[in-house]
Amino acid sequence: MSNPTIEIPFVHRQSAHCETGVMSNLLTHHGLEISEALVFGIGAGLFFGYLPFIRLNHLPLITYRAATGRIMTRTAKELGVRMVWQKFRSPRQGMDQLDRQLGVHIPMGCRTGAYWLTYFPKRYRFHFNMHNLVVYGRRNGDYLISDPVFPEPVTIPAANLMKARFAKGPLPPKGRMYRIDRISRDADLPQAITRGIRQACRTMLKSPGPFLGIKGMRYLASQIEKWPAKLGEHRASHYVGQVIRMQEEIGTGGGGFRFIYAAFLQESATILGNPRLEEATQRMTAIGDRWRDFALMGSRICKHRASENETYPAMAAIIRDCAAREEQLYRDLLEMIA
Amino acid sequence: MRIDDVPQDNGLNEGVKELTYAVDEQGRYVRVTSLGWEPKTTTNDQAWEVIDGEIAEAITLYHAGKRSPLAFHMASNLMNVALLASYMNLPRWRVRRHLKPKVFENLKSDLINRYAQVFNISADELQQVPPDSGV
Repeated sequence: MSNPTIEIPFVHRQSAHCETGVMSNLLTHHGLEISEALVFGIGAGLFFGYLPFIRLNHLPLITYRAATGRIMTRTAKELGVRMVWQKFRSPRQGMDQLDRQLGVHIPMGCRTGAYWLTYFPKRYRFHFNMHNLVVYGRRNGDYLISDPVFPEPVTIPAANLMKARFAKGPLPPKGRMYRIDRISRDADLPQAITRGIRQACRTMLKSPGPFLGIKGMRYLASQIEKWPAKLGEHRASHYVGQVIRMQEEIGTGGGGFRFIYAAFLQESATILGNPRLEEATQRMTAIGDRWRDFALMGSRICKHRASENETYPAMAAIIRDCAAREEQLYRDLLEMIA
Repeated sequence: MRIDDVPQDNGLNEGVKELTYAVDEQGRYVRVTSLGWEPKTTTNDQAWEVIDGEIAEAITLYHAGKRSPLAFHMASNLMNVALLASYMNLPRWRVRRHLKPKVFENLKSDLINRYAQVFNISADELQQVPPDSGV
């Protein structure tokens, strides 16, 4: 059976985050130029959750964004873009279908585990199953990959891509593959932006229970203060490290996605002709900086290099500051777009 | 974060540039590459310390005759019994048994080959465990 080279002319644009980067690049490929920041905002990706009852390597889960896949599906819906999703029981079927789509020059988005992606720097390769990339060709025994968090396109042997697409563990990708089918109407960008902002604000302000949104931040702050006594210094520092990793390691653009969201607000200010959103941009930037302050202090505690003022209560105070600022900002944003 | 403040701390990224969002002097957002940030390297190191500890323990237990080579390969692939069992399509109690030296020694080659395939190594390499560094 022949194994022809296929190389779809796909424009690789490096992005801060995988899901938004893939969506932005796929949309651009299909003629709709939407930036990563706009995807993040229209898809209402901004979020916060502290979920101590869910464990990753015995450490609590903290998330700064909405559930995986939701940014793409919401963005598609708001922009009138029809996407086709598939998942597969059999890895062979999953790879054959990929080949078929590549054969008709359709670039395919794939959800994968990160562990088997051999082009990742070694220290990023964990069993994390919520990564996204685009396959845009094949050459010899390799697939051509546009992985948006990397500067340039990369290649990966077919066997490794298959393993990554069918990785096991929490939230296994099951070979999930998606493409943009068609853009069914003119995107109403102002409306999509307004609805996205409203959704994010409501989620952050009004999610039920103690673990999500602003309440989740306050809950995390109150827990952080208790960690040294409850867990001992050693384990407490691992918990802090976990929060920092979720905030900064997984491709958030810095500050737990707050900088990307600020960039979105700035673009929206122009598109909506609403200068008040420029003020919101600045406030969100300052909030992102506060999250970074927390990460800096936390990392010094992890390294046992903390000064007198760098303590667990001080970290909790920074998070409370973030909570108060975000709460006021979301309330004001709802008014700004009303 | 201002452009001037975008960190270029090489470490975790091994020279691979990531993308961040920062503001220029006019307050306009620009996409800026970063070589890395020290807190990220610190916390990533911390996570790897735990993993390296588990790998070292598996090596020690192997050389003490208490674990099969499988324990080492499982740890060095960041897996636990549940995850490995999932990859092997086996119940957990069977994978746990395979961690015992005597049981592993007598494993059929079919299972050995399947384990090796999960880890992307040869059946020979599956039998190998590094020397105990005694740390």
